[in-house]
Amino acid sequence: MNIINLFRISLKALYSNKFRALLTMLGIIIGVAAVIAMLAIGQGSKQSIQDEISKMGSNMLMIQPGADMFQGARMSASATQTMVLEDYEAIKANCTYLAAVSPMVNANGQAIYGSNNTPVGMQGVNEDFLHIRKFTINSGRMFSEREIAVSAKVCVLGQTVVEDLFGAGVDPVGKSIRYNKIPFEVIGVLSEKGENGMGQDQDNVILAPYTTVQKRIMAITYLQGIYTSTTNEEVTQKAKAEVEAIMRSQHNIKEGDSDDFNVRSQQEMLTMFSSTSTVMTILLAVIAGISLIVGGIGIMNIMFVSVTERTREIGLRMAVGARGRDILSQFLIEAVLISVLGGIIGVAIGVGSASIIRNTLHWPVVITSFSIVLSFAVCTFTGVFFGWYPAKKAANLDPIDAIRYE
Amino acid sequence: MSEIIKALNLKREFMVGNQKVLALKGISFAVHAGEFVTFMGASGSGKSTLLNILGCLDTPSEGEYLLDGISVKSMSKNERARLRNRKIGFVFQTYNLLPRTTALENVELPLMYNPEISSHDRREKAKMVLEAVGLANRMDHTPNQMSGGQQQRVAIARALVNDPVIILADEATGNLDTRTSYEIMALFQQLNANGKTIAFVTHEPDIAAFSQRSIVLRDGRITRDEVISKPASAADALAGLPKEEE
Repeated sequence: MNIINLFRISLKALYSNKFRALLTMLGIIIGVAAVIAMLAIGQGSKQSIQDEISKMGSNMLMIQPGADMFQGARMSASATQTMVLEDYEAIKANCTYLAAVSPMVNANGQAIYGSNNTPVGMQGVNEDFLHIRKFTINSGRMFSEREIAVSAKVCVLGQTVVEDLFGAGVDPVGKSIRYNKIPFEVIGVLSEKGENGMGQDQDNVILAPYTTVQKRIMAITYLQGIYTSTTNEEVTQKAKAEVEAIMRSQHNIKEGDSDDFNVRSQQEMLTMFSSTSTVMTILLAVIAGISLIVGGIGIMNIMFVSVTERTREIGLRMAVGARGRDILSQFLIEAVLISVLGGIIGVAIGVGSASIIRNTLHWPVVITSFSIVLSFAVCTFTGVFFGWYPAKKAANLDPIDAIRYE
Repeated sequence: MSEIIKALNLKREFMVGNQKVLALKGISFAVHAGEFVTFMGASGSGKSTLLNILGCLDTPSEGEYLLDGISVKSMSKNERARLRNRKIGFVFQTYNLLPRTTALENVELPLMYNPEISSHDRREKAKMVLEAVGLANRMDHTPNQMSGGQQQRVAIARALVNDPVIILADEATGNLDTRTSYEIMALFQQLNANGKTIAFVTHEPDIAAFSQRSIVLRDGRITRDEVISKPASAADALAGLPKEEE
């Protein structure tokens, strides 16, 4: 018996049981569609996190006071007062791989304009910060070195703050707002940046000279962090080592003692978030894979029913000359046809639903050919694996009993 | 004349629980080419067991069985499948046609398992035998669109399609009314007249009367093997039946 005839027989058997075949396929269809859609969503979120983080500035290097032991108690990073302006100056003066350096102090409070108010963080930085975080000025200007030197009460607003305080269509440049009861003159507005990879609104921010935030708002002398950006991505590791060396000597840390600060690069963040989303993707794929197995068991179930129901047909085929091998192949091909057809439909539905998710929910979705090949391979394997046992059972039937089976 | 079937002291035993049951207790006979033999016997006489052995579905525990000069006893399952495919045509009591499959495709079935025959030859051959059994205009009908007699004709066509050396019929008229039975027997007689060797298992004496030779089995042994000198003609019997009411 040649393979074309076997296919013809199997197709015919499926065709005469269209509805049942379709229901059996449904398990595989759902499984494959789920695998593809899930992987697409997982890959999409991974991709978008990577994009977002590199948009934030892929060669950014952040130096923060370490969450370190102080007299036996572990301190929170923001409570540590070990980082001072001298550190900033030393880094700025000595580090060769850095293109921009800015101190960072964060104040929390309420911004008020007229009858409107909004809670917003005020970041005390210098003029280099725009370059580090890849912010651009939309209207007005950034504060100058001179304004930093005199702790001028000037600020630059993010788009969200502008909307909250002034409403649409008002140019806030030149207006005066109050932040924690202190009046600030708005001298510029940042361009819109949107949410970052973690869903935080990057436009809900007020930038002010760090000296102003230190002295007038927080009344502190230390820094909460130093943001820098390297000249290019390749030197990130060298820059990091250099910054660490400078900080250690600044803080008189002896060899063997642990740092009281830590330096994190954006690339590390990238790896960190990518790995979380990789785990997520694997989890989604596993869940979807389980539904494929359930679909496979459905195939096995139906194939058993089919073998029992067609016992007489099997007996007749054997009587007219079918060998055990022919019967085995016939039922195996049937099982594989169900799973592969289901796979094809599943791929179509998976790709379709992924596109619908992209177009309606605007989730980032990336369909990889890998996921299509994978789910296809898995469902073919499922067909063979779960079809084997029923097919073997059919092939081992005794034609004498089978042909008189009632 | 050549011997199509040669059975020498056939024995067949089954294990029922711990007990050995001897279904055939030593049967010897020969069927020559062109013969029309009926095997008669009550249920339990061993005629089904004998038919299974003759049809190469089963092998004897003892004795020798030659089909068309080929010893079947030591053949593997696959070799017997091939032998059935090339040399035997089966006709069953319950027709055993594939449901939802046209008459033509049902008839083609045995040839599907013969890779030496092309799909074109297969179709031509199937059409030819369907015409021979008088179903030229029913080729595209499925079993549920046909009467019992028509279905049995399709089954006979299927048994003919591989040019078998012998047709084995197992109670082929058992499910049919008298008129249709006679029609089918007339077809068998016609095939026999054209040279086909036929072995027909039945328990109805009036059916056996249409054959040339009757072998009677009882308790696993042949109790009678007689030649019917003047077989009745099924066509005449059919004409003798009262006219069907319209």
